[in-house]
Amino acid sequence: MTEDSVITDEMKAAIGVESEPSVYEIEKEPIRRWAESIGDSNPLYRDEEYARSKGYRSIIAPPGFMAQYAFPVKAGGGGRSFRSPFTRMLNGGNDYEFFKPIQSGDTISATNKLAEIRERTGGMGKMLIIINETTFKNQDGEIVAKARSTGISY
Amino acid sequence: MAEQLYWEDVQEGTEVTALAKNATTQQLVRWAGASGDFYQIHYYKDFALGNNLPGLIVHGALKSAWLGQLVGDWAGNEGIIKSYGCSYRGMDIPNDDLTCKGVVTKKHVDGNEHIVECDIWLENSKGEKTTPGTAVVVLPSKN
Repeated sequence: MTEDSVITDEMKAAIGVESEPSVYEIEKEPIRRWAESIGDSNPLYRDEEYARSKGYRSIIAPPGFMAQYAFPVKAGGGGRSFRSPFTRMLNGGNDYEFFKPIQSGDTISATNKLAEIRERTGGMGKMLIIINETTFKNQDGEIVAKARSTGISY
Repeated sequence: MAEQLYWEDVQEGTEVTALAKNATTQQLVRWAGASGDFYQIHYYKDFALGNNLPGLIVHGALKSAWLGQLVGDWAGNEGIIKSYGCSYRGMDIPNDDLTCKGVVTKKHVDGNEHIVECDIWLENSKGEKTTPGTAVVVLPSKN
């Protein structure tokens, strides 16, 4: 770290600290509404009989649904908070890994942590690159998905 | 739906079937409601202008969802998306003709899995790749 680093001890201490889980009950209608809103007519996301014919228990969530759906039945809060010297935030990117299908009827627990924090100097001056990682587990404790989001604080 | 794609059908350089999108402001509101992202830069023009933006902009996560649809449609319902992701390098605006595209960069077999890796991206009507990313899918094999 250089002397004028904007990365503080508070930020370093926040890395890797897991949040309390947020809990989601996966239901058919929010999945269908999601698919409608992006314009995806895949029957896996709306037709239970069709989904069963493909070996699933019920309709499944589209890729990315879990990481972006913001209506938990119980909110766990984020990882440990820290102060940024910057006030503006941009969404830099989203990356998802999928291990098991997420199906209607599942109860998903999501824990979040700050995975990485870097600083960079760009056209707008100094900025912080903040990478958060969320792990999603189903009711059987199996990891179904992981998501990484990159935030740019500037 | 398109016919199921098989691992044997694709080679390095094979194009992912393109997916055309054009977001109305109404679609941005529908997405906001479905996902829960109610940041005003996506539906309140004065707020967007006050944030030094050119006007309303398309949600990054909506673009990411479209790229998920691109890969899901192409891999078919016997295919499995193992991972995908994208970076939001440029802003996109409502009522612009956007296209999700992709190309196969690698294919290999890992254990029982017939894997295909792709570059994917969303480009605007000027052909600028605003949202580049990658995807890894497992396709069924004919063997």
